[in-house]
Amino acid sequence: MLGDAERTADMVSPKNLTLPLSAEDVASLRTGDIVLMNGPLVTGRDKVHKYLVEKRPQKSEIPFEIAGSVLYHCGPIMRKTDTGYNVVAAGPTTSIRVEMYEAEVIRQYRLRGIMGKGGMGEKTLKAMQEAGCVYLHTVGGAAAYLADRIKKTLNVWLLEEFGATEAMWLFEVESFPAIVTMDAHGNSMHKEIEDLSFGKFRELLKV
Amino acid sequence: MLKLRDGVVELYRKVATSLPPDVEEAVKAYSAREEEGSTAASMLSVIAENIRSARETFRPLCQDTGVPVFYVKVPVGLSHAELKSTIMEATREATQKVPLRANAVDVITEKNSGDNTGEGFPVIYFEETSAGTLTIDLMLKGAGSENAGQLYKLPLPEIGAQRDLEGVWRCVLDAVQKAQGRGCPPYIVGVGIAATKDQVTRLAKQQLMRKLNDVNKIVELAELEQRLLADINSLGIGPMGLGGRTTALGVKIGVNHRHPASYFVDVSIGCWAMRRGRLIW
Repeated sequence: MLGDAERTADMVSPKNLTLPLSAEDVASLRTGDIVLMNGPLVTGRDKVHKYLVEKRPQKSEIPFEIAGSVLYHCGPIMRKTDTGYNVVAAGPTTSIRVEMYEAEVIRQYRLRGIMGKGGMGEKTLKAMQEAGCVYLHTVGGAAAYLADRIKKTLNVWLLEEFGATEAMWLFEVESFPAIVTMDAHGNSMHKEIEDLSFGKFRELLKV
Repeated sequence: MLKLRDGVVELYRKVATSLPPDVEEAVKAYSAREEEGSTAASMLSVIAENIRSARETFRPLCQDTGVPVFYVKVPVGLSHAELKSTIMEATREATQKVPLRANAVDVITEKNSGDNTGEGFPVIYFEETSAGTLTIDLMLKGAGSENAGQLYKLPLPEIGAQRDLEGVWRCVLDAVQKAQGRGCPPYIVGVGIAATKDQVTRLAKQQLMRKLNDVNKIVELAELEQRLLADINSLGIGPMGLGGRTTALGVKIGVNHRHPASYFVDVSIGCWAMRRGRLIW
């Protein structure tokens, strides 16, 4: 999978998605789907989420359109050059830390995708179902591999205020791989696996 | 100590951009045990590809270059204060050169220092040695896995944990079960057992410096490490928490004597990107 389609004939072939996502794209996705994304991708992590929820900036204050976007939980390593910023490493960060903000961010800013690692909770799953949004899981720690799929840094917001790690970056990505692990129909692979492993845990411990 | 500073900068580069061979080998060995074409197998193959690509291009393999943790063994007569200042200078330089992500944030002002130095940052532990050489061990501890660790005070009736090694076994399984995929599995799990909270957290983290093939000298602990590894891998959490047979690559346990009234257990979770290395001077 993940961009290596010819290797695994017996596997589901990845779906190509053009960013930003449409309502139809989102509705067609199911947990377990492997996707390759192309187009503009927005980043945001702890500080961006707190800011969006506490300060409620107007969409006009954000220097680029984020409606329909996939918001990537990522604090990249960036290198400043004479012409701008280059991405050095850009893997996902743990998504559950922004669970308290995400449902509101999805509704308020009309996001169609959240990408990160580790999955998110019930509150976000419910917001995704109501607003039409999916959670995309990419490979934690694979920061060099994923940086190679970011072709360009298009724009940045809140760089002065929050620094390069916590700023909102706008990247252009090509064949950026992920797995849908929470869909807009109320399904969560994370919940399924947690329930299964908890069952196994109780069996082992006899509790 | 100009040369030593350069040595520490190079140590940073090596640790941030290349995984120790034992961990890389373990990723490959466990890949072979996953079902062909499964999500677990493809996660591990991307991880292997990332390890290769980072090493060949001298880029950090994970964007979270973590909290640098140093374990320094100092020959008699060498100044700890001077060594600390050399490590701080090397940290500033490595942040620019490697580059590392600036991760030191002031709790009051919320300002990032920009160079990975600050109060208690990096973490440095000194110990005197009778050996003639200076040994500097460095771990870059990712925060996703750091957040997945747990501290236990036994007994703990909820999980049926008494104050014995069986109780420790229960704590470790509980910690991994709670961590799920949030700390980037497959994990390397460090465990500390001792009298005080500060002792066990340090002991648990220090276990992550042990090579995966390092066999515990205490037979009972060596057995427990093996048993825990098999049981953790039966939970089905899998690489990235998306299901599979590989949830951990290793379990390492360290002990100190405890107080009759205290039985603390700390579980330190290390992500698959277990970046550690050594400089001998």
